[in-house]
Amino acid sequence: MVIKETIKKIKNDRDNWEKTCYQNLIKDHPERKPIFENLSGLEIKNLYTPEDIAHFDYNKDMGFPGSYPYLRGVHATMYRGRLWTMRMFAGFGSAEETNKRYKYLLDHGETGLSVAFDYPTLYGYDTDHPLSRGEFGKCGVAVSSLKDMELLFDGIPVDEVTTSMTINGPAAIIWAMYVANAENRRISKKQIGGTIQNDILKEYIAQKSFIFPPEPSMRLIVDTFEYGFKKVPRWNTISISGYHIREAGSTAVQELAFTLADGFEYVKAAMKRGLNIDDFAYRLSYFFNAHNDFFEEIAKYRAARRIWAKGIKDLGAKKPRSMLMRFHTQTAGCTLTAQQPEINIARVTLQALAAVLGGTQSLHTNSMDEALALPSEKAVRIALRTQQIIAEESGVTNTADPLGGSYYIEWLTDKMEEETYKYFDRIKQFGGVIPAIEKGFFQREIAESAYKYQKEIDDNTRTIVGVNQYKLDEETNIPILKMDEKGEHRQIERLKKLRKDRNKAKYERSIKNLRKAAEGEENLMPYILDCVHSFATLGETCGVLREIFGEYEEPAIY
Amino acid sequence: MEQKIRVLIAKPGLDGHDRGAKIVARALRDAGMEVIYTGLHQTAEMIVEAAVQEDVDVIGLSLLSGAHMTLFTDVTRLLKQKNMQDILVVGGGIIPEDDVPVLKKAGISGVFGPGTQVETIVDFILKNVKK
Repeated sequence: MVIKETIKKIKNDRDNWEKTCYQNLIKDHPERKPIFENLSGLEIKNLYTPEDIAHFDYNKDMGFPGSYPYLRGVHATMYRGRLWTMRMFAGFGSAEETNKRYKYLLDHGETGLSVAFDYPTLYGYDTDHPLSRGEFGKCGVAVSSLKDMELLFDGIPVDEVTTSMTINGPAAIIWAMYVANAENRRISKKQIGGTIQNDILKEYIAQKSFIFPPEPSMRLIVDTFEYGFKKVPRWNTISISGYHIREAGSTAVQELAFTLADGFEYVKAAMKRGLNIDDFAYRLSYFFNAHNDFFEEIAKYRAARRIWAKGIKDLGAKKPRSMLMRFHTQTAGCTLTAQQPEINIARVTLQALAAVLGGTQSLHTNSMDEALALPSEKAVRIALRTQQIIAEESGVTNTADPLGGSYYIEWLTDKMEEETYKYFDRIKQFGGVIPAIEKGFFQREIAESAYKYQKEIDDNTRTIVGVNQYKLDEETNIPILKMDEKGEHRQIERLKKLRKDRNKAKYERSIKNLRKAAEGEENLMPYILDCVHSFATLGETCGVLREIFGEYEEPAIY
Repeated sequence: MEQKIRVLIAKPGLDGHDRGAKIVARALRDAGMEVIYTGLHQTAEMIVEAAVQEDVDVIGLSLLSGAHMTLFTDVTRLLKQKNMQDILVVGGGIIPEDDVPVLKKAGISGVFGPGTQVETIVDFILKNVKK
């Protein structure tokens, strides 16, 4: 980037500065720590100069926003054209309560919806299943049938608002419910837009809400890819997620490496089915965490875009749109403290700013009270306002990739990319992502990092404000969200009525057809959609697949 | 030689968040205790059965889904039925303050939220275990 002679001179001058100015100073005034490291344990130097990025070829390594390798962003205009989508993850209790929260958020300037489902739904069980005991609506909304989906989106213009749904094991079924609801409202499948998370690999690795073993799970995912580009072209059929890997305790480098490895695994699985990479790759989206180390997070997003662009090109993609990585970001839930919860607002602001400087397409900001319970309306509003302040007041949206060209950021971006390729090699040695999961590789790597992080906090070598330093003895006084206690009862009654009132012959036929198709090799999406339209419940539909595919069990290691 | 304290770390219900459970399991082991980890998706019956099989002194329950009021107390109720109240039961997770006294009354002697240093849990067990 800078001509050789100049670099040489800078290096000389830097060495002089180091020997004289710097060393003289630290003799009498030593630095606060012997070594400075970022959250991934990378050593950070005292200063970065053009020397650190001397090997850069601007056009090849950086390029321009909206063009290969997309380091500087996926749109030519970035936020000058359109701001990111402010998409707050929400869901609790019954479909009616969550519907009310969605309308509240939209009224306050939210621009996209994001559904959190409760545990029974995530595992494909109906609310009245014995294993659903105690879980109804606790960490998301319960959706057991098309009826619940109708209530959840009642009065919401699903042809205008895009919806992201955090659902994995039973993603195909929940997506079918969303599609069926739109169809019943006479909105075409081509019109609706949104995302299903549908990322099973990170479930085995980190979040652990899996249902089926890897092979049938991958089949279902490729089914949604194929159905998506043919029938629901505005839908992102997967959101390949690093978020949960990070929440489980990984470092930023591990988050980047494991998530991208998962991404390429899905692409390869779809290509193996015979799909053309340029038909589906543009509908694969990503989801990253925004943790505490500000510059490391920014570098992570930038590196992710470049790794993806290069990798997809190497796999044979021709169309530029296949190579650009679009991603959602959520601030790190695991960094929120139960102690002095108000200060979480400051943490979330920094994390959100990192996501924006990293070029995110959509963003969820956590609420200050989430280390204690589900967020109250006021806490959510403040979190949304935080995004609005970054968007409207801070000025960071005026130019694309404002930190591009920073010696430190570019060095760090490069370094994280390099570390990612090292992990790719290790994963390859296991024979790919799935064998590495089965051997517990990712799980061990993450548990190791999580333990190290916790130990640093416990040893006071890592400061967490309010937790191990700057502590306060006062009681927290945060109003906690109270849920409608009758919600569960109403839901169970609704299920009973649905099972009684539905057209029995139609229901039985749809389930029989699904079973037959699942035993064969056809794309299951049309069959699942048929089940949903026939008012087969989530538990019934998923139950058929459980019978045929079996269930996954993970080894308990710590 | 003094016998090691035996601890069962369990994940009741459907919740898959196992970061805390694994960290605590490891920290207790490093503190010299014998630790058995059940893995995910345990019912109260499975947990109590494992406690009997492994002859543990302590059960540590971890749950972040919010279902602690039901699932933690299912375990202590079952222990009571089986006359196994000599086992010390502790729990951790996203637990609102209002729930803590109720859980304590139901037999979950120690309740630990986010930000708890593992040392605090080790100390609590050492002080309260009934051996």
